[in-house]
Amino acid sequence: MAGLGKKISILGNLVKYVNNGSKRLSSHFVYHPDNEAPVAGETSKMNMMQAINNAMDLTLKSDPTAVLFGEDVGFGGVFRCALGLQEKYGKDRVFNTPLCEQGIAGFGIGLATAGATAIAEIQFADYIFPAFDQLVNEAAKARYRSAGQFACGGLTVRAPCGAVGHGGLYHSQSPEAFFAHAAGLKVVVPRGPIAAKGLLLACIQEQDPCIFLEPKILYRSAAEEVPVDSYTLPLGKAQVLREGDAATLIAWGTQVHVLLEVAEMAEERLGVRCDVIDLMSILPWDVDTVCNSVKKTGRCLIAHEAPLTAGFGAELAATIQEECFLHLEAPVARAAGWDAPFPHVFEPFYLPDRWRCFDALQRLLAYDQQ
Amino acid sequence: MALKSGVSFIRFKRLSHGIRLLSTHTRPEISQNGGKNADFPGVKAPYVTEMKFLNEHSYDPIPIYRVIDNNGEVIERTEEPRIDNETLLNMYKTMVQLNQMDKILYESQRQGRISFYMTNYGEEGIHVGSAAALLPQDMVFAQYRELGVLLYRGMTVTEIINQCYGNHEDPGKGRQMPVHYGSKQRNIATLSSPLATQMPQAVGAAYAFKRAPNNEHCVICYFGDGAASEGDAHAAFNFAATLQCPIILFCRNNGYAISTPTSEQYRGDGIAARGPALGLHTIRVDGTDALAVYRAVERAREIAIQNKPVLIEAMSYRVGHHSTSDDSSAYRPVEEIQKWTQEENPVQKLKLYIEGKGLWNSDTEKQFAKEARDIVLRTMQQAEKKKKPHWKEMLEDVYYDMPPHLQKQMNQMEKHLKKYKEHYPLDQFQSE
Repeated sequence: MAGLGKKISILGNLVKYVNNGSKRLSSHFVYHPDNEAPVAGETSKMNMMQAINNAMDLTLKSDPTAVLFGEDVGFGGVFRCALGLQEKYGKDRVFNTPLCEQGIAGFGIGLATAGATAIAEIQFADYIFPAFDQLVNEAAKARYRSAGQFACGGLTVRAPCGAVGHGGLYHSQSPEAFFAHAAGLKVVVPRGPIAAKGLLLACIQEQDPCIFLEPKILYRSAAEEVPVDSYTLPLGKAQVLREGDAATLIAWGTQVHVLLEVAEMAEERLGVRCDVIDLMSILPWDVDTVCNSVKKTGRCLIAHEAPLTAGFGAELAATIQEECFLHLEAPVARAAGWDAPFPHVFEPFYLPDRWRCFDALQRLLAYDQQ
Repeated sequence: MALKSGVSFIRFKRLSHGIRLLSTHTRPEISQNGGKNADFPGVKAPYVTEMKFLNEHSYDPIPIYRVIDNNGEVIERTEEPRIDNETLLNMYKTMVQLNQMDKILYESQRQGRISFYMTNYGEEGIHVGSAAALLPQDMVFAQYRELGVLLYRGMTVTEIINQCYGNHEDPGKGRQMPVHYGSKQRNIATLSSPLATQMPQAVGAAYAFKRAPNNEHCVICYFGDGAASEGDAHAAFNFAATLQCPIILFCRNNGYAISTPTSEQYRGDGIAARGPALGLHTIRVDGTDALAVYRAVERAREIAIQNKPVLIEAMSYRVGHHSTSDDSSAYRPVEEIQKWTQEENPVQKLKLYIEGKGLWNSDTEKQFAKEARDIVLRTMQQAEKKKKPHWKEMLEDVYYDMPPHLQKQMNQMEKHLKKYKEHYPLDQFQSE
């Protein structure tokens, strides 16, 4: 784990990247890079945007049916994830669509139905709702309703999600729980470049339609040594990033880094160690890894940026309660966004930041003494 | 579409495929730009100094292309399609088979033998005319009132009836409501209930076709006048045009969306008028005239496979109720229905045409109608006896592989059924 000095310098970099040097707002988290490559071989320093670009580049190279499309994808995308791909693979493979999310999703389903690999981009996850019908009623149910005659497993929908410091209502949302209720979809959120590349390639190759939510604050701020070759990380599997016995901390996306810091704070200030789990796959999710950890620690804190009520934390908490009842020494705790739209100037008060999570953890650990 | 200028406009006697050319009067008389187009990136048009708003009355309605009249007589010899006798008979027989099927399955729903049905009365000409002009490799995305297309493409009466009964031979394993057919083998994408969702999907499939080397196939997407009001319809029109997809967007304008008449669905010149506005090759045809539909689709196919998307609006009348859950006499007069059953009946028109060619007569009619009826009745009796699929099929195909949480739920249900089996209709379903 990084020392305090290093943390400050990373924080400085983040502020620079995220706010273009302005000191308006400091970031609410410290990025904890992955130090281990999932596969052997050559690596290259990539931020998350570059890792995603690299995954799509490898796909377009190896799969002649693969196409990449969405709003402003042609010139590289507003977050530069498709940078250089149109020049490399041509306008018929990397192209702009009209500005219409339901069209993008439907078009992608059609491509996949005809056997092509479709990588659709929704510019912000906040704007995926016009495509909700296509994704939930059509993509999710295509294989089931046709008894396997027609499926759209070749479809991956990428969308930048999560808080970014100043995104307000419509550039900050985390809609994963809406999709977690749609049987037939796979929903995935990476925490950094290595995970993003491996999970995105897995989504693209997966036989089921996938929604890949990319925490946009990590696009430039997160950088790691990413394997250059193609590799996949398994869908439906969580990763234990840090081990301990005091409590289990569960998050996904940017929030993983918040909980990693909370675990450090717990060790430094309270002298206890916690399991930190990156769930990675929201649907289907890794019940075994989560419940094995909670059975060991007896206490669990779940944190996510999305609002509390019916957030995905509720599903985790209910299952943990059912599976680990006799092992629990305290009620499962949730630290989440408040049940309000995501606000602009109040973002520092809205997010379940390290202090809210740390406070929740403290109460969780002291439950018996209350 | 010809823009009305209020004075006179050039009319072309022989309009090719019903698309009117712009009249000279659409050019403004006063231009401040030397007659050249202004420089905005969004549109190529000249300036004018006369303020003029356009509305639905600014244009002549798009005319309706027809080949035969109500007596089955060809109106303009040169427009008569060259269809071989076997195909003509196949087209007509499909109509008769479709009618028999509708009649019997509709009744069987009334008797509670199937849960739901939708008939195709009045739209038979659209089905067989379009299906006959396509190739088997052309992919079909349908709404739900296109059974004739499916029959023409070779879906068997058995497959269709098994779907309606949801028995274990249903290719969809009993998961969807009746009339939600699909056939991979015949390139018919499985239907779903949400309206217009198939439209942008069809465009995406067409784009995949276009990218295949030496593509010679197109996609056809059927939808009703009501579905055309959905946002997905707009998406499909616009994506098809901007991404230049080999697709025929085929609108069945039958006057009603359940109880809603077209006057409450739109105020413009039907669906066809939207085509040129979005950059689609467009034609309006008489949907009660199978030959006009055939000609239009045949030509549309040639245009589409050059990656120029086509919109066809076929005018017809929904003679039957919307579905078995609807009584259409609650919102329309019976006389209106009678007019379209008697004078503008698509089955009658094609029959008169093939009778005129000496291919058909009242004896063959009687004999074939009986055969068509018998096969439906026989198949229904067989379908009724077949068990429904094993209950475990309820949890299959949600994903390609069954994830652990679904395996767990299947085990839970299995244990539950062991304990409480007498409370479930297990005898109607297949067992291990």
